[in-house]
Amino acid sequence: MTEDIAPENYVYKQVRSIQFNILSPKMIKKMASAKIVTPELYDKEGYPVDGGLMDVRLGVIDPGLKCKTCGSKLKECVGHFGYISLARPIIHVNFVKTILDLLRCTCRECSRILLPQDALDRYNEEIQFSVRETGSEGSRKKIKELVKKARGQGKCPHCKSGQYKVNIEKPTTFLENEKRISPIEIRTRLEKITDEDASLLGLNPEAARPEWMVLTVLPIPPVTMRPSITLETGERSEDDLTHKLGDIVRINQRLFENINAGAPEIIIEDLWDLLQYHITTFFDNSLAQLPPARHRSGEPLKTLTERIKSKEGRIRHNLTGKRTNFSARTVISPDPMLKINEVGVPSVIAEKLTVPERVTGWNIEYLKGFVKNGPKKYPGANYIIRPDGKKKKLTEETIEQSLEELQPGYIVERHLMDGDIAIFNRQPSLHRVSMMCHRIVVLPYKTLRLNPAVCHPYNADFDGDEMNLHIPQTEEARTEAEMLMMVQTQLTSPRYGLSIIGCTQDAISGNYLLTKDMIFSRSEAGDLLTSIGVMDFSKLGNKETLTGKEIFSVLLPDDFNFVGRSRACRKCETCLKEKCKNDAYVLIRKGRLISGVMDKANLGEGQGLMLRNLHKKYGEDFAVDMLGRLFKLGVEVLMKRGFTISISDLDITEEARLEVEQLIADAEGRVNELIDEYRKGELEALPGRSLRETLEVRIMEVLNRTRGDAGKVISKHTDKATNLTVMIQSGARGSSINQAQMTGCVGQQALRGKRIEKGYSKRTLSCFIKGNLNPEAHGFIRSTFKGGLKPHEFFFQSMVGRDSLMDTALRTPKSGYLYRRLANSLQDLKVEYDGTVRDAGRRIIQFKYGEDGVDVSKSEGGAVNVERIIANKS
Amino acid sequence: MKKSDITQHVLVPNHTKLSEQKKADVLKKYNISVYQLPQILKSDPAIARLNPKPGDVIKIVRKSQTAGKHVFYRVVVSA
Repeated sequence: MTEDIAPENYVYKQVRSIQFNILSPKMIKKMASAKIVTPELYDKEGYPVDGGLMDVRLGVIDPGLKCKTCGSKLKECVGHFGYISLARPIIHVNFVKTILDLLRCTCRECSRILLPQDALDRYNEEIQFSVRETGSEGSRKKIKELVKKARGQGKCPHCKSGQYKVNIEKPTTFLENEKRISPIEIRTRLEKITDEDASLLGLNPEAARPEWMVLTVLPIPPVTMRPSITLETGERSEDDLTHKLGDIVRINQRLFENINAGAPEIIIEDLWDLLQYHITTFFDNSLAQLPPARHRSGEPLKTLTERIKSKEGRIRHNLTGKRTNFSARTVISPDPMLKINEVGVPSVIAEKLTVPERVTGWNIEYLKGFVKNGPKKYPGANYIIRPDGKKKKLTEETIEQSLEELQPGYIVERHLMDGDIAIFNRQPSLHRVSMMCHRIVVLPYKTLRLNPAVCHPYNADFDGDEMNLHIPQTEEARTEAEMLMMVQTQLTSPRYGLSIIGCTQDAISGNYLLTKDMIFSRSEAGDLLTSIGVMDFSKLGNKETLTGKEIFSVLLPDDFNFVGRSRACRKCETCLKEKCKNDAYVLIRKGRLISGVMDKANLGEGQGLMLRNLHKKYGEDFAVDMLGRLFKLGVEVLMKRGFTISISDLDITEEARLEVEQLIADAEGRVNELIDEYRKGELEALPGRSLRETLEVRIMEVLNRTRGDAGKVISKHTDKATNLTVMIQSGARGSSINQAQMTGCVGQQALRGKRIEKGYSKRTLSCFIKGNLNPEAHGFIRSTFKGGLKPHEFFFQSMVGRDSLMDTALRTPKSGYLYRRLANSLQDLKVEYDGTVRDAGRRIIQFKYGEDGVDVSKSEGGAVNVERIIANKS
Repeated sequence: MKKSDITQHVLVPNHTKLSEQKKADVLKKYNISVYQLPQILKSDPAIARLNPKPGDVIKIVRKSQTAGKHVFYRVVVSA
């Protein structure tokens, strides 16, 4: 329909407000196109009965038939409502609360609000005022106040009649003075409420007259929203709603008949209650007080409320959650031989997902090649699309015919090939780098492959993670993805202005070893460089032995200069620069690494200043290539050299062991002194703490220091050549705390920031004397992980381990939700050309982005490097 | 206890009321109507001494770690 109207004739209107009304009986009848009178669905021929629930006037669900009401076909006709007249009025469950309020605060005789006229006038004014000032929010509060005032009055101030207490027996029975009020009575009382009183109670009489909350007619939803399914056996299976409506119509008819026949009051009452039950469950089948209506199989019916509500409901499942074609999902695994902006796609997937290509005079032979291969042989095609939009599936039989038919104007949906564009994604998609564009490389086996350097932006690891792949289907989408989402466009973080993608793990330790002190023969060096794809050895000169630094320099461009620091930098007062003992002064002059080792500070993700400089100077395409080569170099070095850690890496000298033991003994001595002081009452309390707390704080201080000190001793004495130290010092993995815990002393176990105090009365475990305050009785572990823990130490460690496990398991979803809410609240904000930050309504949020107008992703770690700008100018 | 003037506190940035002319200039500069400005309550203690009326525009000059000085505008609204 819309396509018939020319764009210039479109009517553009802005929705200013939406008003929700209650359907009046009149309205229900007016919008209905059929009156439903019989619970039967089909006659003997299987044709819908007139006046039945599947009446043809309610819309079409059979292909080929035309709608009796609007004349349109299936999918064009949206369906039409019907109605049934109820034999007796029925309470609408969703309005029970409002009805109760109304009954309580109005007179049972004259239906006026149970407050004197002057009070009503005053409230009227106040409500009007608060609507003007604060909108509906404030007036709602006022109305609540009024309702509270009016209820519980003993006598009506208008007609002086006595009032009784109205109560509710859930879900739909109202009691007055312990006696039931019938819905008829309720309806007459609601009818008598004047329009003025109704609006005082927050009901706009034009949109929601109180008596409309008690149903006298029930709208029957169109068949299009409750289609029946035909099973393979030819049997028809009706929708849950149709079942429920059938019950309603049946009971309603019975009720009519019984009333007309003058049946005893009890029978009528019973039927009436049954009708009330059916209509209530028609609206909501998950009420706590009512047994849910069930299928014969015992499974509860899904009625109106259940369709909308909750995760599986219409809103969260169908409207907010959408599914997509041209996508794939499997387990991921690493492949450092891929480029950083590539993704390895299993051949099985490549043969299922397609890219549409339009046939032209120039590519027809090329595309015929795919069609010839068909769907089974790679690279083939799965579909061809004729110019009139008809899609044809390629099968063994149709290949021949399709080949002949193919001509310019057709579209071939061919298999994925190397170099195609795909969007790669890992949930939760918290930030923009959770979805990046990669180039496809078709590979054997069944996992999606990615370069481990891009794990960080996706927050992926390979313990079973799965990721999604999407194939853009139009030229526009592909270009957009390539220009805006390609991995190389995402190298620097807009959050802190440093590389998000950098070397990790092996790549760091490999480059560290290489640039530290490795020496190669010329042929070894050539070997190494060839294996990472570098063939130009001119930079090596004609030396016979080469240092790792020289090999590393081959990767650097000749005009690159850089000064930085390694992690080993001790920040000495006078920097020795190139002559630094730790080789921590990184100096690159004219593309040669003169001094300094490459480690996480230069290559790593989230730091990597050297990478940032390369990126800035040589552009993003160079930066990804460079990063890929660096990564491969690191991995290759480790492959040639070999890299593993063993128990012997944890060996320490006798001297170091004694020193650590002495440290622990000193600490224990100091703690004992503290305990003595405490027992003698000589300990001085810290401000705001009791004596006992002071003691704990002091002891914690001493013990925590001990592990740190032990760590220092260990790292001073350990063999610098072990692979464990290499990993720690390069920043690839592990910390000196890990090392200290394995070799020196595990240290104090803290539970909620305190030493362990739980357990038995006055002691933690039954192997200690009551009141023992010694370190070992409160979770101090003097053993090492390598040496093994004593039973009580093991127990303490397990306590803390379990606690932190619980803590992370409970905290993760909480912080995740918090982040989601934050991200949603900021989602439409954007920086305009004038530098202001505005939301979707063009309202200003910030007058200058971030107060200083700096685009962090174009800065270095958030700061603008003014010196460079000046240097580049001249 | 002596009642102190909170506008003199170091953490309270400087608030001033814009003249009609200046207000028009600001709105023109950003090409917006007053509804698109951030808001400030009429009863906000920081502007209590400026005798604000709904619709007035308040200029706030803040110290900024990164930019030194940052100018902000808010429109006065009643509660």
